[in-house]
Amino acid sequence: MKVKLLFFAGLREQLGTAAEEIELPAGVNTVAALRLHLKSRGEAYEKAFSEKALVRTAVNQDMVQPGARIKAGDEVAFFPPVTGG
Amino acid sequence: MKVSVQREDFDLSAEVKALSKKDTSIGAVASFVGIVREVAMMLEHYPQMTESSIKRIVEEAQSRWQVMDCTVIHRYGELKPSDQIVLVAVASAHRGDAFAACEFIMDYLKTRAPFWKKEHRPEGARWVEARAADDDAAERWAGKGR
Repeated sequence: MKVKLLFFAGLREQLGTAAEEIELPAGVNTVAALRLHLKSRGEAYEKAFSEKALVRTAVNQDMVQPGARIKAGDEVAFFPPVTGG
Repeated sequence: MKVSVQREDFDLSAEVKALSKKDTSIGAVASFVGIVREVAMMLEHYPQMTESSIKRIVEEAQSRWQVMDCTVIHRYGELKPSDQIVLVAVASAHRGDAFAACEFIMDYLKTRAPFWKKEHRPEGARWVEARAADDDAAERWAGKGR
């Protein structure tokens, strides 16, 4: 299935990309599995999604926990903890 | 409820006046203005999510306190020291609800609305790191309210 990925702030700069569409391998259907999958995409991703990296996730503009399901067509955004206000 | 995410500055007095005139049973407006401290910065946000996340925070406040109306304005883009960043103004019949809801909305906004600050420091630009104290401030509202 295809999903849209978005990266923000420091994470966007670290990965050198703001948005992309990717085809996910079968079985990658949770946020945790997607993060694991992204980690395998090379050094920058491995570092960005390492265990100690603080990365938050929103699915279709809703903040979610790693166990959240993802389905075809979802917009999955990754970003550092927010610092507004 | 008015929620606006904008580049432009805002006028506290005009916003508070507009809020207080909405209903004659409004007896209190509590407002908070966040100001850029010391260093110029760029504020990035997640446009499709920002407004909806702020609306959800205001709705949460409305479920806990008597909030008759509310205005939240958050700026993004380039900001200089002493610029206004954020406004939260809450109208209620009495001050207690207005104060509490205003503080609650700010605390939640700090930890849940998708904004990120990048400071332009003399030694180079630097993303601001989230503070544990902000998480603690939001956490203390768990289970509180009317």
